Amino acid sequence: MIASKQKSVLQWVRDGSPWVWLNAGAVTISMLMVLGLLIYIMGKGMVHFWPHDIVDFEYRQDDGAVVRMIGEVHDHEEVTAARLRDLGETPPAGVDVVGRHLIKTGNRDVAGLDFTWVLDYRMGEWHTPHDLVLLERREWGNFYGRVIAITEDGHKIAEGEAAWSELQARLQRSGELFSRIRDIERGDIGAINYELERLRLKQKRLEIDGELDDAAKQLLDAERSSLDAQYQILIVQLESLYAQLNRDSVVMQTASGEERSIALGRIVMAARPNALSLPEKLVFYAKKLWEFVSDEPREANTEGGIFPAIFGTVAMVFLMTLLVTPLGVIAAVYLREYASQGFVTRLVRISVNNLAGVPSIVYGVFGLGFFVYFLGGSIDELFYPESAPAPMFGSPGLLWASLTLALLTLPVVIVATEEGLTRIPKALREGSLALGATKAETLWRVVLPMSSPAIMTGIILAIARAAGEVAPLMLVGVVKLAPTLPLDANYPFMHLERKFMHMGFHIYDVGFQSPNVEAARPLVYATSFLLVLVIGLLNLAAIYIRNRLRENTKALEH
Amino acid sequence: MIDESTQSESRVVPAHAVNMAALGRTPQERHIENEDICLRTEDLKLFYGEKQALHGINMKIAKKRVTAFIGPSGCGKSTLLRCFNRMNDLVDGCRMEGKILLDDDNIFDRAVDVADLRRRVGMVFQKPNPFPKTIYENVAYGLRIQGVKRKRILDEVVEKSLRRAALWEEVKDRLHDSALGLSGGQQQRLVIARSVAVEPEVLLLDEPASALDPLSTLKIEELIYELKDKYTIVIVTHNMQQAARVSDYTAFMYMGNLVEYGDTDTMFTNPSAKQTEDYITGRYG
Repeated sequence: MIASKQKSVLQWVRDGSPWVWLNAGAVTISMLMVLGLLIYIMGKGMVHFWPHDIVDFEYRQDDGAVVRMIGEVHDHEEVTAARLRDLGETPPAGVDVVGRHLIKTGNRDVAGLDFTWVLDYRMGEWHTPHDLVLLERREWGNFYGRVIAITEDGHKIAEGEAAWSELQARLQRSGELFSRIRDIERGDIGAINYELERLRLKQKRLEIDGELDDAAKQLLDAERSSLDAQYQILIVQLESLYAQLNRDSVVMQTASGEERSIALGRIVMAARPNALSLPEKLVFYAKKLWEFVSDEPREANTEGGIFPAIFGTVAMVFLMTLLVTPLGVIAAVYLREYASQGFVTRLVRISVNNLAGVPSIVYGVFGLGFFVYFLGGSIDELFYPESAPAPMFGSPGLLWASLTLALLTLPVVIVATEEGLTRIPKALREGSLALGATKAETLWRVVLPMSSPAIMTGIILAIARAAGEVAPLMLVGVVKLAPTLPLDANYPFMHLERKFMHMGFHIYDVGFQSPNVEAARPLVYATSFLLVLVIGLLNLAAIYIRNRLRENTKALEH
Repeated sequence: MIDESTQSESRVVPAHAVNMAALGRTPQERHIENEDICLRTEDLKLFYGEKQALHGINMKIAKKRVTAFIGPSGCGKSTLLRCFNRMNDLVDGCRMEGKILLDDDNIFDRAVDVADLRRRVGMVFQKPNPFPKTIYENVAYGLRIQGVKRKRILDEVVEKSLRRAALWEEVKDRLHDSALGLSGGQQQRLVIARSVAVEPEVLLLDEPASALDPLSTLKIEELIYELKDKYTIVIVTHNMQQAARVSDYTAFMYMGNLVEYGDTDTMFTNPSAKQTEDYITGRYG
């Protein structure tokens, strides 16, 4: 036998095993941290949409009076009895730790608060009766209570259990009415307003140019009055729709027995979470999740969805990619292929590389000063004098945000492209030149197509960096609530001068600027998770394209 | 018919000398002064920075003949070859003096369009360098550069060029597959087809078979033999047998000088310079 059965420690160190273990350990820890992060924000965020049970219990207040409370249990924590005593509470003697629950009681318009902490030892037994109803309202948050009756124009239609089924049916109707109203307000009336504004600008433009004669004026007036007529028709339609919307109401009873009448037009959805079976809960969950990704936000971004933010993020990244790719590639081609490789070129290259290290907020300041005020202001002066004093391009917007991020990611694209260009074998360039191609033709037909995977790598890195960037955007175009998307049905469809919403900023806004912290917290996690998902998807798309490109050139690397 | 024995009697043939008769070639009476001249260099000097790589080369290259450049590594034969289509322009710090006349026009003249010169003087490199495109697009590349768009013309030229490069039968069913899927020998023939497609007058071959296996080498040599009907061919090679087999004229270069230049048969059977004989017989290089 040559090898002894027991290896000495020295031998174990010498053959490099500890290093392998160390490397594997480092990789494992990194992986676990990334996975842990993802699972944590996913868990925290995604649970939010699950229908929680509504509990009903008795609670002894400070003055000894016992009240009924209903609501969703949101959180639980333990506090020491000593701390409570300091606060003037009287926890039972002989107990060191006391539990307390955070209950979402909703009914902000009744109680003034959505959330209350309740002490466990003052609580009576929990019940989860099936008749408790959750109403999601367009304003004032959720309402928890029992359905008493349904009224139509003040007349009672149904009561008790019949009222619940009647409510469901009538909510369907009011939901349809509401979306019709919104279509008219947003779509048709929005388009008319857009046209009216266009006419106003046109008139002002003619005035400035001194071409506003009577004929032109009449033409404009005619267009305007036809728009006005359309508007009047829509207003009449709207009035009747609103009347229909507010026809029905539901009478609800709160925990304390108070009765409230709520118009169905103000209700998004009604559910009895306690009565739902598991499949029904899954359907509920899917609906809420879909609402989150496809709807607009409501109530200072604490309710509803984040679709405008998703759209804004993706639109900005696309626009950024469109701007940075040609610029970066052309710059890299010049640096690598045409510039003489002397001191100046080296200096430029070092400067470009160092640009990547400039804090992003500095880019934001530059973007605001140069792009928005100088460039945008000049564009307004030259091409849109009629809209003054209101700025068109002279205020933060999608175009400037994309341009700022393009500048921010330019070094990444330049460096990656340069690397790709150096890796093209000299033999191929010579092969092309020897066939009578000029340098430019060689670049265009052989070198650049072969560098495309490297260019795509640069773009992938640029997307990864840009999609997660928030700080500079706050200066150059992102807002907490944009009234319209940058893309709509009004010519020219893509409105690059508009402000937009962004998921990164949305997280900041909901998390730190929200009046309703408890309600906002799960949304912060959910939005974070979705942001990671969106960035991941954008990257996957780019990687897919790169791999397709690579297939064409891979066989060459032998 | 020349008898091997009589030849060996008349002259002491070195043991390693290339035996021309054994290569299946009959010595022919050739002389450069009797040929049409395609390329002519006049006192060509080339410097890489301070270092002089070519020391006043004067030579004529015959039209529609194969001329081989031989010599030890670093002797300047590839450098000289790359002068004919001005490939050395791409090398930083490279400077040339003297003249190269292509059909009596100096190719270093300011008025000469380099791209046009390279179209007239094609080049094939040591390592096969097909573009990462389809076989068809590789051959059509030169024409597309010239702006030819009509499919009928392209199809015709691609087929003709591939036939001429003896590759058509092997690839006709997969013209639209990637050229990178071909074997090394096929790739080199594809590169030759690509060069032939633009109808050059001169083909420069820079050790075209050195990266290939013997069978592929043989095919390339046969191809060179076929191609000399239409093109003036200049080939750089390390392989003495190859030079002897394929060329009509041979130039021996040493340390940037043209030591000896003449018809191949004479060179290999009766070299006049001692250096040439030493090199041919394998005593150095």
